[in-house]
Amino acid sequence: MNSPRSAALELLSSMRFAVSLLTIIAVASTIGTVLKQNEPYSNYLEQFGPFWFPIFANLGLYSVYSAWWFLVILGFLVVSTSLCLWRNAPRMLRETRRFQDSLREKGFDNFSQRATYSTSLPPEQARERLAAYLNAEGFSIRETRREQSTLIAAQAGMHRRWGYVLAHSAIVLICLGGLADSEALLKFQLFSGSKKPVNGNMRLADVPEESRLPVGNMSFRANMMVPEGRSADQAVLAVGDGLLVQELPFSLSLKKFIIEHYSTGQPRLFASEVMVTDKDTGKSFDARIEVNKPLVYRGVTVYQASFDDGGTLVKLQARNMAGGRENPGMIEARVGETLPLQFGGAAFQLEMTGFRPFNIENIAPDQAVPADATGSLAARMRNGLGAAARPDAHKEVRNVGPSYQYKLRDAAGQAREYHNYMLPLQVDQRWYMMTGMRSLPSESFRFLRIPLDDAGSLDEFSRLRDALFDASLRREISRRFLAGAANSPDMSETVRTRLDETVVRVLDTFGRNGFQSVAEFLDKAVPEAEREAAAGIYLRVLQGAAWEAWMIARERAGLKRLVADEAHARFVQDALSAVSDTFFYGTPLYLQMSGYEEVKASVFQLTRSPGKNIVYSGCLLLVLGIFAMFYVRERRLWLLVKASGEVKFAFSPNRPALDMSEEFERHRNKIPQILS
Amino acid sequence: MENVQSLPVRSGWTFLNTRSPGDWLYVLALIAGAAYAMVQYGAYMDEYEKAILVLSVPTFGWLGWRWSPIRSLLAAVAVVSLLAISMYQSDLGRAEDVFLLKYFVSSQSAIMWMSVLFFLATFCYWAGLLSGSSFAGSSGTVLTWCAVLLGTSGLLVRWYESYLLGPDIGHIPVSNLYEVFVLFSVMTALFYLYYEQRYATKHLGGFVMVVISAAVGFLLWYTFEREAHEIQPLVPALQSWWMKIHVPANFIGYGTFSLAAMTGFAYLIKNSASAGSQKGASALWAAALALALLLALEAVVFRKSGSSVFWLAYFAVFATIFGAMVAARHAIAARLPAVEILEDLMYRSIAVGFAFFTIATILGALWAAEAWGAYWSWDPKETWALIVWLNYAAWLHMRQMKGLRGAPMAWWALAGLLVTTFAFLGVNMFLSGLHSYGQL
Repeated sequence: MNSPRSAALELLSSMRFAVSLLTIIAVASTIGTVLKQNEPYSNYLEQFGPFWFPIFANLGLYSVYSAWWFLVILGFLVVSTSLCLWRNAPRMLRETRRFQDSLREKGFDNFSQRATYSTSLPPEQARERLAAYLNAEGFSIRETRREQSTLIAAQAGMHRRWGYVLAHSAIVLICLGGLADSEALLKFQLFSGSKKPVNGNMRLADVPEESRLPVGNMSFRANMMVPEGRSADQAVLAVGDGLLVQELPFSLSLKKFIIEHYSTGQPRLFASEVMVTDKDTGKSFDARIEVNKPLVYRGVTVYQASFDDGGTLVKLQARNMAGGRENPGMIEARVGETLPLQFGGAAFQLEMTGFRPFNIENIAPDQAVPADATGSLAARMRNGLGAAARPDAHKEVRNVGPSYQYKLRDAAGQAREYHNYMLPLQVDQRWYMMTGMRSLPSESFRFLRIPLDDAGSLDEFSRLRDALFDASLRREISRRFLAGAANSPDMSETVRTRLDETVVRVLDTFGRNGFQSVAEFLDKAVPEAEREAAAGIYLRVLQGAAWEAWMIARERAGLKRLVADEAHARFVQDALSAVSDTFFYGTPLYLQMSGYEEVKASVFQLTRSPGKNIVYSGCLLLVLGIFAMFYVRERRLWLLVKASGEVKFAFSPNRPALDMSEEFERHRNKIPQILS
Repeated sequence: MENVQSLPVRSGWTFLNTRSPGDWLYVLALIAGAAYAMVQYGAYMDEYEKAILVLSVPTFGWLGWRWSPIRSLLAAVAVVSLLAISMYQSDLGRAEDVFLLKYFVSSQSAIMWMSVLFFLATFCYWAGLLSGSSFAGSSGTVLTWCAVLLGTSGLLVRWYESYLLGPDIGHIPVSNLYEVFVLFSVMTALFYLYYEQRYATKHLGGFVMVVISAAVGFLLWYTFEREAHEIQPLVPALQSWWMKIHVPANFIGYGTFSLAAMTGFAYLIKNSASAGSQKGASALWAAALALALLLALEAVVFRKSGSSVFWLAYFAVFATIFGAMVAARHAIAARLPAVEILEDLMYRSIAVGFAFFTIATILGALWAAEAWGAYWSWDPKETWALIVWLNYAAWLHMRQMKGLRGAPMAWWALAGLLVTTFAFLGVNMFLSGLHSYGQL
């Protein structure tokens, strides 16, 4: 026991060591729950900065649970548990079969739970009765006849010890099974350099042999995206910030991806209808894969993991958002494609990034909520009673139609991202086209609302906007505006001239940078005290001028003048806001979707986990073991029937507990009755 | 000369032979109920669900034989739920019109009554503990039973209501935080009631009911502030029969661990009062404050929602309650059960919890293998379940193998509540992962 080796063995198999390991594993595990695991490396770089990023990477903190040090700790747990089993199990199991029948009369005094009786029954009869009692109580007994006495050694619940063996072998099994399914082998291949992940964008077909895992790979977890109408036979594994390609023994072609929703808008079903073709036999069969209903074929389990766009064809009507008459026309692009665009003498790259065929949103305005639902406590109490669902729920969910996302990258490489809806959206009972823009992926989209005209098109908006930016029209606009405003007869010529100048100046200023330049002008030119009044006048002038500009543009297009009513006034206001916002739209192009041909794609997860059944059998053993350990009550008792009529009783549970004391009391009270 | 002979073990039929006619009647009633459900609704169930229904007969049969009050509870639950269901007449709108439905037996009303009764029971148990009145203690027991009855019926009626909302929406009410809070309250109370009878002491009720009251406080806030009580349909990841057994098994664990923690607290109070040491008392004060903070944990996260007054009050109430427990420790200690009983109860509830938590985690792994593609993904919820498991595994090792007893184990059981609460709530609030069900 004194040699270092046996001391090490002693330590490894000790309880202290095992409990310390449990604690260390618990603490180490929390790291992985606090820090999001297996994100793209760029996210971590952004989060921790260039100094800490590589340090954390070397510590394996981005995938704690497959880090070498974590696996080493788990390895210690396996070693410790195995040693504990190896040292204790044989002895424990041996003792289950061995009756402790060597107890002598003096030995009874060593037990704290003991009693002594005397009986008038003949010893033989007393022995028989006691044996029968113990049998009925579930004890197995062994009788040892000695010269002047008979010892009854009884024991029950000895299979509790099997619980210990089962539960501890279960831990070893589960860890080993988990190891077989872990990335340990892959890690080794990467470490030894026989496999190298590819970085960056590459077509699957171009991936070199050293980054491919063979069909026979025993254990993997990979992803595969299959667009509708296409098939795939290679899955992708993300390794750190690179990729490996896993060859599959079959190809999977996606016939249809199905997505269904509840009336409330939440998804109800994701399902893929696929055809599986075995690469060896060439045989095919149809299958359906749903969430919670995976497909298992040739040892590979295929799960419905996610879905994506598979290259929807989007038809776009490009509209000019800057001044000028250049009209860019129609564009067709597939999601995932990048197209060159020329506009206004500048070159752009259009990157179609996303498409969603429907967007279900809760668009109930706040006032639709019944007044009492959010009001007094009593009212809220009422709302909390009754059924847990209301037929008249104050939620209005509606499908607002398709949306699409794209990036426009200018010659300098700077990209702006757009998020547009195909159909107009109703806000405050008026209809708008919504287009959102952001310059950084971390920002949220800011939406531009373009008002629809009486015919439900954007034509009148374009007409109004073009007229506003047309410098040659300004004198005419001013003239008409003054003619309309000159109804008051006492307007002097100087006032008239000043007003004319104001109209032209307002239009010029607005044409530079929208409301922002108007505000800047007012800040500079008008004393603070009068600024508010002046702003009001400028706004009225701008709205009047915009109205005249619109009417002139209509006349020139051969259309008749519109009635100056409330609705048209709102249109002009909305149009001015929209025009003002276009200065911050980033690019001069608004791409309005006029049609699409949707192609969906299904994302599958494919796994082969040889350790699964080992882990499951370990789990079964664990449950059996735990129940045996907690609920099988192991205890021994001895009765010494002496020829003199004296009977000695001792009781020994494997652990002191309340129910054991109760059982001792029961036997102690029962035995005199049996003996009488 | 020694003559040795062995006799066979007694036959296992004794358990069945000693059953009374009432026992068999009970099982017959269970079988009849299950058969009726099978005939009536079998068409809507898949094979696994039928298996669960069939296996529920021996499960509840065994429970009812082991602990007879379960029978009366089941009978009463059946009466209340069937009454509610019959009054609905397949029309959800009737919850607004029918008096009994609107104010008593519709799911929300039943759950609100459960909440009120749990509060009253807490009050009665405390009155009993402080005054020594056995009437107050018995009232606490009766009220707790009624609360369990209404909570269980409320959940069952909610199950039915979800089907009225739409046949495709219907699902067992263990799918979100609101529903599992009701389940938690009911489970914890049931386990407490079992031990109350087993150890013939009503003086722990006040301790256990405080945790249930805290859960109910959260439930009420969740209902009135967040309207979380509205039934939501199941996202595809949750559409699995595994959910029916995974979640309840988990809550047996959470419930008994909380029970053990509060017993640990009672142990410490008794211990400190009898030892009379000032050092132990200051640690207890700190523990009382920590417990109140723990129960108001949600406040930290939800403070953005603007209802911080509620949470401050919540914290103040529980800080006062725990503070009062410590302050009154000398008065309480004499009435609390013997330390041996407290230790035994602590061990038993942790053992039950550990066994069921193991099962729940394994069931979770089996389900995860089907839904997420791996039986273990180191998802934060899974990982925290493992941490809880490791914590109690270590606790049990220390007790069983090292024979550790007394105050350290009670402190440890109390600290276990911290870990358990974080696994139960904290993970949902602070960490995102596969269990957040935001998306596919």
